[in-house]
Amino acid sequence: MSLSLATLAAIVAMMAATYACRAGGYLLFTRIRPTPFLRSVLAYIPGGIFMSYVTPALVHGGLPSWAGAAVTVGAMVATRSLVAGIFLGTAATWAVWLLR
Amino acid sequence: MNQPVTFTWAGFRKGVRLSVPLLIGTAPFGVVCGIVAQGAGLSYLETFLMSGLVYAGSAQLVALATWTHPASALAAGFAAFVVNLRLALMGPVLAPWFDRLRGWRLWASLFVMADQNWALGVRAMNAGERDAAQLLGTGVPMLLTWVATSMLGRVLGAGLRPAPGHPIFFAALAVFICMLVTLWRGARDLLPWGVAGAVAVATARLLPHTSWYIVAGALAGSLAGAIRDRMQA
Repeated sequence: MSLSLATLAAIVAMMAATYACRAGGYLLFTRIRPTPFLRSVLAYIPGGIFMSYVTPALVHGGLPSWAGAAVTVGAMVATRSLVAGIFLGTAATWAVWLLR
Repeated sequence: MNQPVTFTWAGFRKGVRLSVPLLIGTAPFGVVCGIVAQGAGLSYLETFLMSGLVYAGSAQLVALATWTHPASALAAGFAAFVVNLRLALMGPVLAPWFDRLRGWRLWASLFVMADQNWALGVRAMNAGERDAAQLLGTGVPMLLTWVATSMLGRVLGAGLRPAPGHPIFFAALAVFICMLVTLWRGARDLLPWGVAGAVAVATARLLPHTSWYIVAGALAGSLAGAIRDRMQA
């Protein structure tokens, strides 16, 4: 049950940044209309973040990760279920990791 | 828009009932986040506080990917800001509800606004729902599930004690890969996604052990997509 001061500060910073997006976006963008360009940039951000998170980790993780990624995509396309995607993808990664 | 917007206990309870299918999606994501929090060296209390106060899964996973001891408030806050920028565009869509709320009703509704219950709220609002408490009703069970399953994941992580690089941590990648599958809108995503991945790999090489690669990749990819769209328009 330890709580480091630096970790608490980082959590509070994350909370402030997140709530600034949730509440600040509503307050700001109901007063000022975002330009179509800004709207377009913001719409591409989620995909950009997920690709940026996944790609270096796949490159670093090698064969087990690539196998897991392929199984995750397949399971997700087939079932549209987050549970199936996470579970089957992680199981495939684990299996290839053990076999190597 | 003819009837006035209300905020009632009945609307809240209706939201709670509607939240049940959403909880099935929240739970595995929460467990993954708890396992990753254990891997990053967060205590039970720290995991509890992060999930309860931040309540943003993608931002938590991104920040935890490069967590340091002592932690960097600047890096974590900035990562959370960039990952959650999408939320800034979601609030205004629910303005017909939010504009009628005052005080804690507004601030609490905004706090629990997440991707899934926002989408449900937009659909209900467009279908003529005038009780704005429905968003809080879907959000509170999601928040409680999020905190509870994060703690469960933290317990599982403590039991397994996985070494860094253990395949269990692939679960965090799987979450994001699943989201990419849901986000895919066709060939027009190839350029922004490709740029994001390439810039992220290059930045991760240049600045190892920081989360700048996610920020750099996301911004480069989004700008590439938006500039391409404008040139084609």
